[in-house]
Order: sequence, then C-alpha cells, then structure tokens
Amino acid sequence: MTAAIRTSQLTVAYASKPVLWDVNLEIPDRTITGILGPNGAGKTTLFKAILGVVKPLEGHVTVSAKHAARRDSIAYVPQRATIDWDFPTTVFDLVLMGTYGRLKWFQRPGSAERDLTAEALERVGMQQYGGRQINELSGGQQQRVFLARAFVQQASVYLMDEPFAGIDVSTERAIFDILTEQREVGKTIVMVHHDLSTVPTYFDHVVLLNRQLVASGPTASTFTSENVQSAFGDAVRMLGGQSS
Amino acid sequence: MIWLFEDHTIRTVMLGSALVGGISGGLGCFAYLNRQSLVGDVIAHSSLLGIVVAFLAGGTFGLPDGLSLWLLMIGAAVAGLLAALLTQFVTHRTRLPKDAALGVMLAIFFGSGLTLLRWLQRRSPPLPGVAGLDDYLFGMAAATTSRDVLITAALGLPMVILAVFAWNRLKIVTLDAGFASGLGVRVAVWEVVIQIVLVVSIVIGLQIVGVILMIALLITPAAAARQWTKHMGPMTVLAAAIGGSCAVLGAVISSLGVHLPTGPVIVLLLAAVFLASVLFAPRRGLLTFGSDA
Repeated sequence: MTAAIRTSQLTVAYASKPVLWDVNLEIPDRTITGILGPNGAGKTTLFKAILGVVKPLEGHVTVSAKHAARRDSIAYVPQRATIDWDFPTTVFDLVLMGTYGRLKWFQRPGSAERDLTAEALERVGMQQYGGRQINELSGGQQQRVFLARAFVQQASVYLMDEPFAGIDVSTERAIFDILTEQREVGKTIVMVHHDLSTVPTYFDHVVLLNRQLVASGPTASTFTSENVQSAFGDAVRMLGGQSS
Repeated sequence: MIWLFEDHTIRTVMLGSALVGGISGGLGCFAYLNRQSLVGDVIAHSSLLGIVVAFLAGGTFGLPDGLSLWLLMIGAAVAGLLAALLTQFVTHRTRLPKDAALGVMLAIFFGSGLTLLRWLQRRSPPLPGVAGLDDYLFGMAAATTSRDVLITAALGLPMVILAVFAWNRLKIVTLDAGFASGLGVRVAVWEVVIQIVLVVSIVIGLQIVGVILMIALLITPAAAARQWTKHMGPMTVLAAAIGGSCAVLGAVISSLGVHLPTGPVIVLLLAAVFLASVLFAPRRGLLTFGSDA
C-alpha cells in the first residue's frame, strides 16, 4: 500500500517543550485513518505539522507526489471550538473559501466558483442555509459546511480534527457515509477521533499517539487493548500537561 | 457652516482627519477580527519611544522639517513593530502568557518613551520644535499641515489598495490559518502583511489622535460596525465611515474650541456611536429582539 503522508523523525516543540517526539508514521492512501490518543498527545500538532503551520524542530513530513501535485490538495477541517464563529461571514462565503487556493491573491471568485459552492452545499443538504451567518448553525450543520468547503476545494486529503465532537448520532452517520464515498473515489481521510467504541467500524487504519508514536497499522492488528492501554494509560500522568 | 469649508486651515485639518479616521477605522477591522486589539495598543504606545528617538536624531543631524516628519513616522513604525515582534518572541520562547508579555512590552517602551520625552523637554537650550512633541501624547489636529495630509495619504492609501486586492487572502488567513495553509496560501507571509497594515494604520493617526488613545480609533469603529452587518466587506466600509466622520467632527470641535486635545474628543464621539450600536443595532443590539447574528 502506498503512503499518502509520511513523517520521519518528526519532532515539534512549543517553547522548547516537545509536543511530538520522533514520530515515524505512514498514512496509507485511500483509507480512512483514525488518529487516537489522550488530550495533549499532539494530535492537532501532527495536523499542523502536515499543513506546515508549525515548523518541526527535527524531521519532516512528506506528502506523496499524487497529493502534492496541486498546492491546495489538503482540506483541513479544524476543531469547531477553535473557529471564531462570530466572524462576519455567511455559510455560502465560508464554503466559497474552498476555491481561494486556485485563485491568485488578487483574484475574486467568479460564477464557476459560485456554482461549485452551490453544488457542494446541496450535496451536504445545506443549500437553504447559504445566506445564514455562520454562528446561526448547529454543531452538525457547522460540520456539514466544513465538509462542503473541502468538496469545493477538490482536495484529495482531508485532515479532520474531531469532526464528531458534540454532534448527534444521525449527523455523524450521515457524514461518515459521505466520507466512505469519498474514500471510494480515491480520497484519503485522516481523522482525530475520541469515541473508541466506533474505531473498529470507522477506520481502516489507526495511529495511536501519545507525544511519541505508540502504534500505527491496520485497525484489526493495531487497535488492541495493549496498544490502547499504553497510549491512554500514560494520560493519567500526563493530565497536568498542556493540551496541543 | 459654509465658512468652515472655505478656511484653508480647517479644510486641511478636516481632510487629514477624514483620511486618518477612514483608513485606520476601516483597516482596524483586521486588528479586531485577528484579536489584535491589545497588540495594536502596545504598538501605539510603544511608538512614542520611536518618535522621541527619531526627533532627537533629526535634531542632532539638523534635518530639514520636511524630512524630519517622515523620520518621526518611520521611528514610530519601527518602535511599534519592534515591540510587537519582541512580544511574539517572548511568548514563543518563555512560559510568559501573551497578555503579560504585552503588558511588559508596553511598560518598557512607553515608559522609556515618556522618560526620554520629559528629559528632552527639560534640556536647555531646547531643541527647536520640542514643544510640539507633547501633541503626540493626546493628539493635536489643529497642527495638521498640507504636508502631513500628503504623508498620511502616501502611507495609508497603498495599504487600502493592498487590502482591497488581497482581500480574500487577508480574510482567510484571519479566519482560519490552518485551512488557508492547506489551500497552499503562504500564511506566514500574509501574517506579516497584516502586521504591516496594522502598524501603518496606527502610525498615520498618531499626530491627530495621539499614542495613548490611538487604539480607540483602530478598534471602536470595527466593534460598532460589526453590530450592523454580517459581512466583512460592508463591516469594513461602515467602520471606515464611522472612523472618518468621528475623526473629522472631533478634529473640528477641538480645533475651534479651546484647543482641547483632539484624541479625547474623537474617542468620546466614537464611544457614543459604539454605545448606540451595541444598544440599538438590529438583531445584535441589547435593546432589540431577535436571534443573535
């Protein structure tokens, strides 16, 4: 299996405090991969290192040629809590932002971009919410809008940070079904996930992380109670640490 | 009222204030939405040190008046930027929380600026023009000359043009830097651009509003405008209109009256607009009903 993303000896530190330590891992192409680990394990930091938002102290991240062909190939879906939902913009405009990577810095989106946006909103069942201010959405609706933005971006890798946190089960299933379809058409989906009970159903591949890599591999052979124990057992001692 | 527009001095004052209020008020939206209000305040206060040092340098080397004004602006920008960068450095390298780092930087830069200013003013024989330095504390619109207006325009208008063209980049980096990075946008570069826009928006207003209250002209129009609209474009235009009109009105009042410092007068006008917006804006106003938008 080819890797969509590979990290070698990835070490990231904030204020000289290591958050990720010597992480070597591969995220296989065309899978739904779950990133699991306690709070402060460096999961969000891993995403930021892949995106290039934080500079590693050592090591590097490689995105496979297939995905690196376009510079806007990675769609990032942030944790909902980290977004300023009071930002003055509408649902339609937020989704339209997915097209910005294709435009030059001084260009404005035109009718082709607007059509794509309308289409994407329809795909996630949010077409009637286009004119709403983004803070008028429920958690599940916010997540659908992010997904629509990833569609519009025509990204081939989705990095999703806890997309299912605080949303209802039916929305979670609906989003998961869409993600499964996306995998079938060749996308790679990487997701930080907290609900361990759904791990075997959702993920082809898992990465267990606790600042260092605990285990990484196919779910059946990697998502074992020993590995979970060694990833999360440490959490008790780590609770005083800062979250990533 | 017609005579107001016929008087050359008043016309210059009004034009200068309109430019400063419009540009700083409009571009202040980026500071507001980037959560950089406090950073802006530190930049404004810290610039006093740069002004005084630049004045001293200009006086020592006997620069002509025209040049020395540019020098003051550059000094202000350098000191403000330095304070902002040092804050960032301290926050990244130490365990000091950001607000503490900001407080420390403000104290150091503004404190040494004030000390140096007082020392300069007590020196004898006094350097020519040293009395005018006091105006940079609370602002003095009445002293605006056509040359000041020209400098304001030369510095401010390129920022406005930049913001208009790079609108989408600035907007997306402000809202969601991680996502912008995935789009291939060079976030670090655009963050520097936003920082430069912020510093220029502050520096051009120092003569009219003063270092102490400049932050009000940067943030209050944005905060008031946000209450009335849910789009960033109209918010910026409205903030520019609020900033511009309050600055003009404040400058005229202070120039015609008993020579009140301009900064406080403008701030009081802005406060009134802000209060009205927070109370009465449709949907968001405290005294209006409806869903929160």
